[in-house]
Amino acid sequence: MSVRLAAETAAATAVARLSRFAGRGGGTTLPGKLVWMLDPGAVDALARRLPGGVVLVSATNGKTTTTAMASAILSPTRRLAWNNSGANLASGVASTLLLARDAELGLLEVDEFALPEVIRRTRPRIVCLGNLFRDQLDRYGELEHIAERWRAAVEHLADTTMTVVNADDPLVAVLAEGREAVLRFGVDDPTQGRDGLQHASDSKYCVRCGHPYRYDAVYVGHLGAYRCPSCGHARPSLDIAAREIESQGLEGVAFTLTAPGASARVRLALPGLYNVYNALAAASLCLALGVSLDRIVSGLERFRAAFGRFERFAAGDRTVLLLLIKNPAGANEALRTLQEGDVPPVVVVALNDRIADGRDVSWIWDVDFEPLLARATRIVATGERAAELALRFTYGGLARERLEILPRLESALDRGLALTPPGAELVVLPTYTAMLELRATATARGFTRPYWEQARAS
Amino acid sequence: MIIRVGHLYPEYLNIYADRGNIAVFLHRAASRGHELRVEPITLGTRLEPGAHDLLYVGGGQDREQTMIAPDLAARAGALREAVEAGAALLAVCGGYQLLGRGYRGRDGSWLEGAGVFPLETLAGETRMIGDVLLESTLEEAPGRSIAGFENHAGRTVLDPGCETLGRVVAGFGNDGGSGYEGCRVGRALGTYLHGPLLPRNPWLADLVLSWALAHATGAGPQPLTPLSDELEQEAHAVSSARARERGGRPVRS
Repeated sequence: MSVRLAAETAAATAVARLSRFAGRGGGTTLPGKLVWMLDPGAVDALARRLPGGVVLVSATNGKTTTTAMASAILSPTRRLAWNNSGANLASGVASTLLLARDAELGLLEVDEFALPEVIRRTRPRIVCLGNLFRDQLDRYGELEHIAERWRAAVEHLADTTMTVVNADDPLVAVLAEGREAVLRFGVDDPTQGRDGLQHASDSKYCVRCGHPYRYDAVYVGHLGAYRCPSCGHARPSLDIAAREIESQGLEGVAFTLTAPGASARVRLALPGLYNVYNALAAASLCLALGVSLDRIVSGLERFRAAFGRFERFAAGDRTVLLLLIKNPAGANEALRTLQEGDVPPVVVVALNDRIADGRDVSWIWDVDFEPLLARATRIVATGERAAELALRFTYGGLARERLEILPRLESALDRGLALTPPGAELVVLPTYTAMLELRATATARGFTRPYWEQARAS
Repeated sequence: MIIRVGHLYPEYLNIYADRGNIAVFLHRAASRGHELRVEPITLGTRLEPGAHDLLYVGGGQDREQTMIAPDLAARAGALREAVEAGAALLAVCGGYQLLGRGYRGRDGSWLEGAGVFPLETLAGETRMIGDVLLESTLEEAPGRSIAGFENHAGRTVLDPGCETLGRVVAGFGNDGGSGYEGCRVGRALGTYLHGPLLPRNPWLADLVLSWALAHATGAGPQPLTPLSDELEQEAHAVSSARARERGGRPVRS
C-alpha cells in the first residue's frame, strides 16, 4: 500500500469509527465520501489489493437480494468485502473497500447509474447484470439512457472479465453479445408464464429492429422467452436455468437449478419468481467464481431475506410482513406474490416521496393494484403522499369505506394491527424511506423476528 | 351519453402513468351517468373523421416516441380537423411535444410533429425535473391552481400570442424562462404536467370532459355536476406544497 493510500485509509477509518460513535447511522458512507472527495483514484488501489478481485452486481430490481444471496454462498469459505448495508453509490463502494480488512474478494452491489464509474475504478473480475426496469424517472432518467451508459461501460471491460447476464431481459442480454467470457441465465418453465406483458412494460420492442417481440413465455415484467418475428433476434440459449418451478405461496419457492453438466433442486425460503431470478444471478456469479453446485444450493437454501425486502416481525399475537415496493415492476411482483398466498385481510401501503423513494410518485399508477383492491377487506394508505395513494386506490375501484388514510406511518401501523385478527398477518408495502422508518418503529416497539424465522436462520 | 375517446399509441406512450388520466376520465364521466368508450389508436389504425369526442396522447421514452413520430405526423391533417371541429384533446409531455411543429435534437436533427399546437421544441442540455404549480390562464377558469410534476429536456417555445395552460408559480414550465406552461388551441390542451395530471386537478378533468360532451351533443359546453373531491383536494394541497418547497425555479430572462 502506498504511503498516501495508507494515510487516507487511516483517516477515513477513524471517521467511520467517529461516525458510529456519534450515533450517525452505521458509519457506512462517510469515510467513503471522504476518500472519494480527497482522491477518487484511491478506490482503484483499494480494489487492487483484494487478491480474489472484485465482483459487481447491478440491476434495477434485486441487486441487494442477489448480492446477499451470493454472500450467503461465499462467506463460509471466503472473506468478503461486501456492502451489505446497501451503500451502493461510488462512495459506498469506497467505504466498503476501505473498511474490509483482510478481505479476499470484493462483492459489491452497485447502483445502476454509478456502475460505469465503479467498473472503471475497480476493474472487476465478474460483472453481473440482472435487469433494467423503469425506475424513478426523476432520478435515473429514461431506461434507454441507463442502458446506453451500461453499453459504454461493458465495452470498456477487459476481455478477461466475465459478464453474467440475464438472458430473459433483451436490453441486458444484448450487452453481452460478441463478448467471449459470458454466462447467461434465465427461466425455462413455460408453466410459469404470465398471461401477457403487464401494463406499461418496458423493452417490449426488438433491440435490433424495433418490431414488437413475440413472447413464448413472459415471466416478470418484460423478462421472458422473446423472439422478434421481423428480424429473428431472440433470447440466447441459457447456460444456467431454473426449471420445474413450484411456488409455495408466501413461504417460498422451489426450482431445479440447471448448470452445464449438473442440476440440483433448490428450496428458497423467499417467495416469488423474481427471487428465482435473484437466485439464478447469485448462482451464476458463484459458478463463475468456481464454487461447486452443492455449496451454491446450500447457500441459497440457508439464505433469509435481505434488509426490509421480505421481513417478518412478531407483534404480540399477530405478525407483520414487510415487502418493499419501489417501482412498478417490483411492486407488481410483490403484489403477485401476495396473491399466491392467502390474500391478507388488511394491507398497509406506505408512499413517501423523498429522493430515495423517487420524488415523482406517478409510478403508483403503473402498478397493478387492482387484484389486491378487489380482495383485501381493508387498505390503509399512509406516508407523506398518502392522499395520492388514496386517489390511486379509489380510482382503481376501491370503495371509500374500505379505505383508511393515515399519513403518519406509526399510526397506520397501529391501525393496521388493530384491524388484523389475532393470529393473522398484517402485510405492509412501503417505499424505501417508509420501510426504514417502519423498521425502526418495529425495533423500538420490541417487535422481534418470529421464533420460526430465528430457528431457520440459525 | 357516450363519449368516444381515441387514445393514441397507448402501447408506446404510457411512461408517466397516463392510464391514471384515463381512469379519471372514466370515473368522472360515469359519476355523471356518461359512458366513456376508449379506443386505442396505434400504428396503422385509421383515425376516422369525427369519430372521437376526446383524443388523448401521453408521454413516452425517446425511443418509443421516435418509433411513433412519423405515424403521428402523418395524421397531422386528421388531428387538426378534429380539433377545428371542436373535439377535445389532451396531450401530456412527449405527446405535447409531438403535437407541436417538431422537435429539434441536440445534434440538429428535426423530428416532424403533427402541428396541432403552434410551437417548437428544442432539446436542452439539462433536464427540467420537479414539482410544478400553475395558475390557470384558461378563460373558463382564470387563476385556478394546477399541480403536477415535470421531467423534460425539451424547451418548448410558443409562437407569439399563443394561449397557454397556466402561469408558472413554481417549477420550470415550457422552457424554464418564459414563466408559462402548456398551450391551448380551441379545445386542445398540451402540457408537460404529469404526476398524473388529472387525479389531483379534477376541475381540469371536468372541463375537458365538458368539451368532449359538447362535441358529442353538438351543443355548447355545460358545467358538470360537482363531485365531493375531498381526496383530490388533499392530494392537490400536498402536491402544490411540494412545488412551492422544491419545484424548479424558472430563470426569468
